[in-house]
Amino acid sequence: MAKHTHDTYGILAEFTETPAFYEAVGKVKEAGYKKFDCFTPFPVHGLDHQMGIGRSKVPIFTAIGGVTGFCTGMLITWYMNGFNYPLIVGGKPFWSPIFPFPIMYELTILLSAFGTLFGMFATNLLPRHNHPVFEYEDYIKCGDDTFFLVIEKADPKFDLEQTRSMLEQLGSTKVEVLKA
Amino acid sequence: MAEISPDMSFAASDAASREQLLAKVQPVDVPRKELVTGDKDFHWVTEKICGIPESKTPRWWWIMFCVAGFMATFTLFGLTWLVTTGVGVWGLANPINWGWAIVNFVFWIGIGHAGTLISAILCLLRQKWRVSINRAAEAMTIFAVVCAGIFPLFHVGRVWFAWWLFPLPNANWIWPQFRSPLEWDVFAVSTYGTVSVLFWYMGLIPDLGTMRDRAYKAGKLIKAWAYGAFAMGWRQSNRHWSNYEMAYLLLAGLSTPLVLSVHTIVSFDFAASQLPGWHTTIFPPYFVAGAIFSGFGMVLTLMLPVRAVFGLHNLITQYHIDCMCKIILATGSMVGYAYMMEFFIAWYGANPYEGFTFINRALGQYAWSYYIMVGCNVITPHLFWFKKVRENTALVWIICGFVNVGMWFERFVITVTSLANDFLPSSWGYYSPTIIDIFTFFGTFGLFSVLFLLFLRFLPMMPMGEIKAVMKKGDAHGHGTGTQGVPHSTTGGHH
Repeated sequence: MAKHTHDTYGILAEFTETPAFYEAVGKVKEAGYKKFDCFTPFPVHGLDHQMGIGRSKVPIFTAIGGVTGFCTGMLITWYMNGFNYPLIVGGKPFWSPIFPFPIMYELTILLSAFGTLFGMFATNLLPRHNHPVFEYEDYIKCGDDTFFLVIEKADPKFDLEQTRSMLEQLGSTKVEVLKA
Repeated sequence: MAEISPDMSFAASDAASREQLLAKVQPVDVPRKELVTGDKDFHWVTEKICGIPESKTPRWWWIMFCVAGFMATFTLFGLTWLVTTGVGVWGLANPINWGWAIVNFVFWIGIGHAGTLISAILCLLRQKWRVSINRAAEAMTIFAVVCAGIFPLFHVGRVWFAWWLFPLPNANWIWPQFRSPLEWDVFAVSTYGTVSVLFWYMGLIPDLGTMRDRAYKAGKLIKAWAYGAFAMGWRQSNRHWSNYEMAYLLLAGLSTPLVLSVHTIVSFDFAASQLPGWHTTIFPPYFVAGAIFSGFGMVLTLMLPVRAVFGLHNLITQYHIDCMCKIILATGSMVGYAYMMEFFIAWYGANPYEGFTFINRALGQYAWSYYIMVGCNVITPHLFWFKKVRENTALVWIICGFVNVGMWFERFVITVTSLANDFLPSSWGYYSPTIIDIFTFFGTFGLFSVLFLLFLRFLPMMPMGEIKAVMKKGDAHGHGTGTQGVPHSTTGGHH
C-alpha cells in the first residue's frame, strides 16, 4: 500500500496531444477505473464513450420545460379569453386550441430553453466555485492547450505508486498529485 | 489509408473484409477545407481570442465608441420628443398608420435572424465553418432585437402602458386578445430575445471560465471575480462537457423552429389582415428568406472590418466569406423569386384590388422605392456568382451594404404602398417621415454599434472551445477535422 495521506484528492496527468490523450483515457477505463475525470480545452469528440459516460440527462429537463410551457399556454389563453373575461371576436367560439397556437408554441420553446440551460447546470452540479483541480498550479492550461486526466483517490483501484506509473507509461508529459 | 464511411461499415463487418474492400475500391482522401489556416496550435487560438479583450483599449475603439454613442443620442432625443408630445410627431396619418416604426421593427428583427441561423440551423446541419462567426453573430442578434423592440414599444403611444401587452392582471381586468397576430408577435419576439440570450450565454460559459482563470493568473482579481460570477465555476470537466454538448444541441434544436416562427409571425402581422398586397400565403417563407438574406448582409458588414482590425484572417478565412456570400446569393434568389411570384399571383388571382396594388408598386407614387428594392435585392447579390467578386473583400462589404439598404426598402414597400392606396381612392394618402422618425431610426444604428463595441471589448468574440474542436490537432485520431470525424480505431468505437 502506497503512502498517501488523507489530504490527497487524486493524481493528475497532463497530455498535450489529442490522440495520445484519447488512447490513454481508453486504457484507464479498460484498467477498471471508475472515479476519474478529464479536463479538456474543448469537448473531444468520442471522449464520452471512451470514458464510459452514459447519455446526458439534460433532455428530461427540456421535456419538463416544454410540457409546462405548452400547458401554460393552453391554460392562460383559455382562462383569459374564454373564462375570466370571455371576448367575442367575430362570433367565434370563446376558446379553441387552434387560434392561440402561436402562444403555446412560443411558450413551449421558451420554457424548454430555460429547462435546458438550468438542466445543464443541475446535471453538472454548477455553480460550484471551488474544486481541487482549481488548486493545481497549472490549472489554467486545461482551458488553453493541455488535457488533464485526473484519477481520484476515492476510486477503489487507486494506488498512488501504481496509478502514477501507469499514467507515466501512457505518455503523460507530467504527473502530479492533487491535494484535496 | 482513407476513412471508411459509416454507411459502408455494414458491408465490412470485420477488419479483414474491410481491408479487402478498401483495396478494391481505392477510396480517395477527400481534402477538407482547413477552418483555421496557417498551421496554428491551440495556444495561438487562446492568445488571439482572449488577447482582444485583455489588451489595452485601442484608440480607434474610443473614437468609434464616442461616435456611436453620439449617434445613439438621436434615438434618445426622438423618443423623448415622442413621449413628451405624442405619437403624432411621427409622420403617421390616415390611412398610413404603420410607417417607419413597423418598417424599422421588421428590418431589425430580420437582421437578427442570421445570428440564430448560424448558431442553430448551421449547427444542426454540421456546418463547421460556423464556429468562428457564431458568437459575434449571436451578439448581433441580441442587439438587433433590442433595436427592433424600441419601435413597437413606443408605437403604442403611451409607453408606460406597454406592459398591458403581456398577460398580466391590470386595474381594468381586461386580458390580451389572443386571436390577434400582434399579440402573437409579443410572445414570438420576447421569446426570441430571451432564448437568444440564453443560447448566447450558455455558449459563453466555458470561455468565461478561461477569461476568469487568465485574469486570476494575471492578478486582476476584480476582473476574475466578474468573469467568474458568470462562468458558474466551469472547470472544463468532460463530465460537464457531455451535458453541455447535449444542452447545446437541444438549444440549437429549439432555436431552429423558433427563428422560423418569429419571422413567420411577424409576417402574420401583415398576412392576417385583409389588405391587398398583404393578404398572401407566400409571406411567411418570403419573410424568413428575406430575414436571413439581410442578416447575413449585416454579419459580413460587421465581421469584415473586425477581421481586418484584429487580424483574424486565419480564423475567418476566404472559405468563410465564400460560404456567407453563397448564402446571401441563395436567399437573395429566393427573395427575387418571391417578388416575381407575388406579381404572378396578383395577375393570376384576377382580384382587381390585388392586381392594382402590384402595378401601383411598380408604377405608382412609390415606384422609386420599389426600384431601389429590386436593384439592391435582386440584382446585386447575383454578383456573388463570381469568385473574383467573393474574393474582393471591399466589394463584398459594399454589396452587403446594398443588401442592408435593399431589405429596409423591401419592408418600406410592403408596409407603405399597401396602406397608401387601399380599396377606396377617396382615402388614399402619401406618407413621408418626419425628422423625428429619421432621428429615431438613425440613432438605432448608434445604439447597435455601442452594444457591439462593448461586446468586442469585454467578451471573447469567438468560441475558443468550438474552434479548437474543429482544428486538425483537435481530432482524437489525428486525421479528419474534428467533431465530425468518425472514430474507428480499435479502442474507440462510436456510439
